[in-house]
Amino acid sequence: MAQASIAVHKLTSCSGCQSVFLNLGDDLLVLNELVEISHFIEAGLNNFDAEVDIAFVEGSITTPDDEARILKVRERSRFVVAIGACACSGGVQALRNVKDSVGWAGAVYADTEYLDSLAESRPVAQLVKVDLELWGCPISGRQLIATVRALLQGVPPVLPTEKVCQECKRAGNVCVLVTKAAPCLGPVTRAGCGALCPSFGAPCYTCFGASEQPNCDSLGERLVGLGIPQRQVAERFVSISSGLEPYQKAWARWRIPAKQLDS
Amino acid sequence: MNDPWTPYSARVVERVVETPDVVTLSLRFTDPEVQQQYRFACGQFNMLYLFGLGEVPISIMDYQDGCLQHTIRAVGRVSRKLVALEPGAMIGLRGPYGNSWPLEAARGRDLVFITAGLGCAPVIAAIRRAIAERDAYRRLIIMQGVKHSEDLLWQAQYDRWREVPDCEVLLAASEEAKVPFAWSLGMVTTLIDKARFDPLNSTVMMCGPEPMMRASIRALENNGVAMDNCYFSLERNMQCALGLCGHCQMGSPFICKNGPIFRVSDVRDWFLLEGY
Amino acid sequence: MDQSVFLPQGDFGQIFERLREAGYRVVGPAEQEGALTYDVLESADDIPVGLVDRQAPGHYRLEQQNHRRRFDWVGTAQGLKPWLFVAEQPLWVAREVEGGLRFEEVRETPVPTAVIGVRACDLAALALQDRHFLDGDYPDPHYRARRESLLLVAVNCHRSADTCFCVSTGDGPEVTFGADLVLDELDQGYLVKAGSERGAELLARLPGRPVRGWHKRRAKALRKQARTQQRALPSRDLRGPLYAARDDMRHWQPVAERCLTCGNCAAVCPTCFCHRVDEESPLDGSLSRAVRRWDTCFNDEHSYLVGHVVRKSAEHKYRQWLTHKLAIWHDQYDRSGCTGCGRCITWCPVGIDIVEEAERLCREVGES
Repeated sequence: MAQASIAVHKLTSCSGCQSVFLNLGDDLLVLNELVEISHFIEAGLNNFDAEVDIAFVEGSITTPDDEARILKVRERSRFVVAIGACACSGGVQALRNVKDSVGWAGAVYADTEYLDSLAESRPVAQLVKVDLELWGCPISGRQLIATVRALLQGVPPVLPTEKVCQECKRAGNVCVLVTKAAPCLGPVTRAGCGALCPSFGAPCYTCFGASEQPNCDSLGERLVGLGIPQRQVAERFVSISSGLEPYQKAWARWRIPAKQLDS
Repeated sequence: MNDPWTPYSARVVERVVETPDVVTLSLRFTDPEVQQQYRFACGQFNMLYLFGLGEVPISIMDYQDGCLQHTIRAVGRVSRKLVALEPGAMIGLRGPYGNSWPLEAARGRDLVFITAGLGCAPVIAAIRRAIAERDAYRRLIIMQGVKHSEDLLWQAQYDRWREVPDCEVLLAASEEAKVPFAWSLGMVTTLIDKARFDPLNSTVMMCGPEPMMRASIRALENNGVAMDNCYFSLERNMQCALGLCGHCQMGSPFICKNGPIFRVSDVRDWFLLEGY
Repeated sequence: MDQSVFLPQGDFGQIFERLREAGYRVVGPAEQEGALTYDVLESADDIPVGLVDRQAPGHYRLEQQNHRRRFDWVGTAQGLKPWLFVAEQPLWVAREVEGGLRFEEVRETPVPTAVIGVRACDLAALALQDRHFLDGDYPDPHYRARRESLLLVAVNCHRSADTCFCVSTGDGPEVTFGADLVLDELDQGYLVKAGSERGAELLARLPGRPVRGWHKRRAKALRKQARTQQRALPSRDLRGPLYAARDDMRHWQPVAERCLTCGNCAAVCPTCFCHRVDEESPLDGSLSRAVRRWDTCFNDEHSYLVGHVVRKSAEHKYRQWLTHKLAIWHDQYDRSGCTGCGRCITWCPVGIDIVEEAERLCREVGES
């Protein structure tokens, strides 16, 4: 018998976090036995209005439609879990918040008449109460499983706020910032991915958002000191989780003002 | 025997609701042999485990009728679930860990207990032992502070202790407009000035929130009590209880293996410093 | 037990063969992402030749040199710690069964492991980890099992990295204890010395030749060369100045501004022992597993205490780490927790230098 009912909702997003459900493998079958999945369009279940115990919400609030939908989702769900960088911080599309988005749209589309989007991309928690945030771009299947397990037991899951460096060192990786002067943001990024990129020799670029106590000033200074151009350092901080305050501050500090660029 | 990390299966035998968020659980090991070998001393703690959730350190309130008693407040992820357990529920248990109150060394002296909130739980057994051997000690002073008088656990027990010869029971409530008869208004530290004990020939045992114990240390020092004769029970994020995980270090001591009970003068500097 | 032989360069593989015959898997230096780390090796040919490491605060580079020496490098990214106090260790498994919970201890039988290339600082660190994990009231069974299956082939350092300061901690560069075999690497071959009975048995089965006087003189000169180190801690016991600096947070602000509280220093420190216990269940909840993982005093969770974090600021965290390492260890384990390997300097992403910080604190305390 199902112990709870769940829904998986989508706002403005790439559907990558929903796919994590579908990619759970055998655990997807287990999940289907443990809970009643009421609404999950990507899995072919369309019942948006269903009242559920747990609503997983992917995507940011970027359109008027997103605004209307999230209010309804909140009303019909006991527990709202924001999943992924978009739902938790506005996602990569929050870049529009720091630039002239109207100008951008004009440059990309021949005709902007049919675009209907808000001035900013916002995280779900700015509109409704969010009970839990699962970070990541996309979220981790392991954390998703731990979260469902914990919620079924009636407790909050234990989710890390420590830095990616911790997972990186446990994984036995060699620090790419130290050996290759790579612009790794692991020291200011929340753990959860299992240090995926550094495990393949690539620097971290903040998929899981800001860690506890992110010292972006010191890390940014170091990267600039290693000879990485200031503008690259600035942009590094505002890629996937640009909506987060510590990253925005770092961006503001190292971006080269537009005036200087023109000259 | 299990290796030191591994808990033993135990069962909740009785659950007593003390206040809306405080519960006393009586526990017994599933394996009678384990139960039989179990010994504890006043002031020690156990690691209690809930399936799927993890372990938490909980001080042992007492051992009665073949059951270990733990008084638990619902404060964290695991403890909220612990207090909801009904008789028959299965849990994991390992222990006891840590040292105990210096009841032997305190023989022939005044015994002063200063506790606040749930801090009384780890000293209850010590008070009971002292009363059971009333003649071994001189005066007994029992001070307990709470926020509201109705928060006091075991009111009847405190009333009984008032009847013990030469035993002074002092209670204080800090957040109440009007306190009941025989109570004082304020923090437990205000009681220290009122209590009658010989500052030069007393052993003090304290347990409670750290700000309360810091204030008590100052009040005791003002009353001429040497910190060599004061003991308190400390708490940190104990995860292994084996002296291995490192979380409970407070300066040089590991609370789980060198404590939880310390002579105040031994750790005074670390304790008074913020951020250790 | 002062048995030594000279093993010609071309016979180095014999050490490998003898270890394999004795049932050991062999672990030695291997290149990973631009650094040397210890890894399982298939044959002696897997050991890179002619590599040296260039280390500085927050900086590690390998340099290929034109010689055939295998151990001219000084520091690996990690010491022995990951092989004994492993980063993730399952402890036990719980299951709900009729009438109770059933707990099953996790018991692994570690593969007998021989590590080749170990340095004096790492042996000193190993002794400290032994002390922590084995000498208390509750010896750790997981560490012990791995420790008992370990054989160590150490190498005397013949150069020092710019981050080394083992001379000042008294732990190197020469191996004085703790190894089964100790090598001095010369261009022509290896001076091999037994450090234990097991080592002596191994040595007896090597095609060694008699040690000549010039072998000894050359090795001695090279060992002396390694003693030239740029860094030195102000003293072996820094309890005085560090306890004096403890109470005034102004001493900790300059380093806290730079510190990322990322815990890399603690993760690479060969003596740091902190770990946490995580509880993990599969989705169906059929069992639950306790797993211990490396943890660090730079994490909020490390000092979490019902509703608040005791060491919240970077000042508190760095103070905890440094004071513990260089001062509190003396109270706990009768010596400093630092063996001068310099890893915390090299692998700090922003290049915070423990020696510089210790010197600064001593200076500031001395001035006030």
